[in-house]
Amino acid sequence: MVEGVAERAPERTRRRTTIIDCDVHNSVPSDAALRPYLPARWRRYLDLVGHKGYHSLERGYAYPKISPGGGARVDAWPPSGGVPGSDLDFMREQLLDNYGIEIAVLNCLYRAGEQLNDEYADALATAINDWQVEEWTGRDSRLRASMVVPYEAGDLAAKEIERLAGTPGFVQVLVLPRTREPLGRRRYWPLYEAAEHYGIPVGIHFAGLTGNPITSSGWPSYYLEDHTVMAQAFQSQVISLIFEGVFERFPRLRVALVEGGFAWMVPLLWRLDDLYERLHEEVPHLRRRPSEYVREHMRMTTQPMEEPERPHHLLDLIEQLGPEMLMFSTDYPHWDFDDPNRAFQVRLPEEVKSKVFHENARGFYGF
Amino acid sequence: MNGAPAPPIRPIDCDVHNAVPSIEVLYPYLEDHWRDYLVERGVTSLEPNYYPRGLPISCLPGARPSSGGPPGSDLDLLREQVLGGVRYAILNCLYSIQSIHNEDWAAAMATALNQWQVEHWLDLDDRLRASIVVPVRSPGRAAEEIERWGDHPGFVQVLLLARSSTPYGKRHHWPIYAAAVRHRLPVGIHAGGVTENPILPVGWPSHYVEDYAGAAQVFQTQLVSLVCEGVFGKFPELRVVLTESGVTWLPALLWRLDKNWKGLRSEVPWVDRPPSEIVREHVRLTVQPFDGPRTAEGVRRVMDHLGSDELLLFSSDYPHWHARDPYESCLRHLSAESQRRVLRENSLATYRLGPETGPDGDGEHG
Repeated sequence: MVEGVAERAPERTRRRTTIIDCDVHNSVPSDAALRPYLPARWRRYLDLVGHKGYHSLERGYAYPKISPGGGARVDAWPPSGGVPGSDLDFMREQLLDNYGIEIAVLNCLYRAGEQLNDEYADALATAINDWQVEEWTGRDSRLRASMVVPYEAGDLAAKEIERLAGTPGFVQVLVLPRTREPLGRRRYWPLYEAAEHYGIPVGIHFAGLTGNPITSSGWPSYYLEDHTVMAQAFQSQVISLIFEGVFERFPRLRVALVEGGFAWMVPLLWRLDDLYERLHEEVPHLRRRPSEYVREHMRMTTQPMEEPERPHHLLDLIEQLGPEMLMFSTDYPHWDFDDPNRAFQVRLPEEVKSKVFHENARGFYGF
Repeated sequence: MNGAPAPPIRPIDCDVHNAVPSIEVLYPYLEDHWRDYLVERGVTSLEPNYYPRGLPISCLPGARPSSGGPPGSDLDLLREQVLGGVRYAILNCLYSIQSIHNEDWAAAMATALNQWQVEHWLDLDDRLRASIVVPVRSPGRAAEEIERWGDHPGFVQVLLLARSSTPYGKRHHWPIYAAAVRHRLPVGIHAGGVTENPILPVGWPSHYVEDYAGAAQVFQTQLVSLVCEGVFGKFPELRVVLTESGVTWLPALLWRLDKNWKGLRSEVPWVDRPPSEIVREHVRLTVQPFDGPRTAEGVRRVMDHLGSDELLLFSSDYPHWHARDPYESCLRHLSAESQRRVLRENSLATYRLGPETGPDGDGEHG
């Protein structure tokens, strides 16, 4: 703990830090934009049925977000029209140029993986990825993209990873944390096998809906809850990945936890290590303590950063977690965007700042 | 216990488990219809499945009764292993009547179980206090059960289990809180519960260890629900005790919830102050398991992040053995003053334990 730290340094005293932004959202402007990338069979399906996921609304969410555009910043609607995150020029102006971002990792949240029809999910994923090359990574050298895959069908996801493995610009496989089964389960192993084989990390990003309630005590009432307890879905995925032995089976697999918060990881690891000590006989396929798997295989992005009542507690937390675990992210263009100049309410030591703002991401993604 | 140095004061143990030795002990407290129902259908046990017999967590070494009954079923052994060292022990009976879907049957079993607790536990040792078991799926019936026992001096808490059909903040649960407040009873939420929702919010895990590890997340989501639905605004006198919840996850949750509340509070205008303030006023946590770091400095930081030593209540979780001894994991790292609060004073402020006359409370007539 550091006493007496400045709680918010004045803007002008800050040096420009190299920034790698590990979570930016590019949006498919409309279904029509994907049509050129879909085969005739699935264009027809789009007309006949369209998207069909887990919940019963034709559009929108059962927990309406704080703002339209998928919970976008009100100033993020491009002047050209279209939804937030759909206009590269405006993203350059508002994010990439404005903050001098060196590299931005795009996570396109179009709901391909949540389609109930696995083959349609697969076709959508392929279309989105081809669209990403055409409209994004091919047009700005600062952009990298996550592969959208039909993650509920591990075999199809593996094929998409294989198809894209040689394509420049893709740096991650995108999975959402609200899955049909915990991510350690073997239905997802073909995805990990392919990701490991091609040396591509898996990014688990905030969002998603399944038939499983977001709490194991059922569905809450409010978006405030839905948003807050996404952190518990992340924690459950960490528990599953570890205890199912995924990192023993795929020893070179790496996983980024994106937009899940990070303060919870430290106490979770205290709990898991203690439990492992008492219950290791149930899981003899593990050979190390849970915290060791996490520190070797996982990284976490910073947004939405937890905000302790006393800001210097954040420094305690980063020290306990280990500054090598964190990768900076903004979540542009969403409402809870973390501004690189304001997100940390305490001044980070320079070496921590370098790690968090660019070094860790550079090492993890191999930029 | 476990060779730990004797504490300077006799603590109040807020989580001790009394077990039903066999379902037949409840027969005298059931109407003919339900007794016949159990016999004719071959219902031989409502023991929950979250204490697998072979796993070390299910029983402290030496706590299995020689009679062959389940751990926690033998009062003499409990006296020998727990009661000699405590001022009070609060019993949380986990017999799984909450799993019953039949509303009438669940209500009958809850009443029988509570009557059995009075006759076989509370009446036999004045160091014992107990929690009222309620048929939680029908909150109206649960409130009736609280009314039935609410004035009995032996009952000091309403027992809910962490995993429920719907989140506990939801309005249909409010009759339970109204009844609890009427009788000055805190609501204790204990690990365990029903599993009609997947036991991880992302589906069913393979292993017991995942189940138990995930229990901490259930408490987190229940706490978020209680705060966001406005339960503590509606029932300002309500106290909730998270029991066997783990402790160290709380600061991280509050930091996230406070931040989200700042951004999203227009959705819940009745939450009119930061959730962390509400939680510190209304919620307590038992220390077993603590789930903390191994160093004194680490525990000191946890306490600093928690912001108050008034949040914690001593517990042993006897006869279970999920975690390190609470003296070792937590108490030995606290100041003498904090220890006194955690061991006793916080519990006296939380539970309706009667007047305490001496500094050690020994003049209390129980």
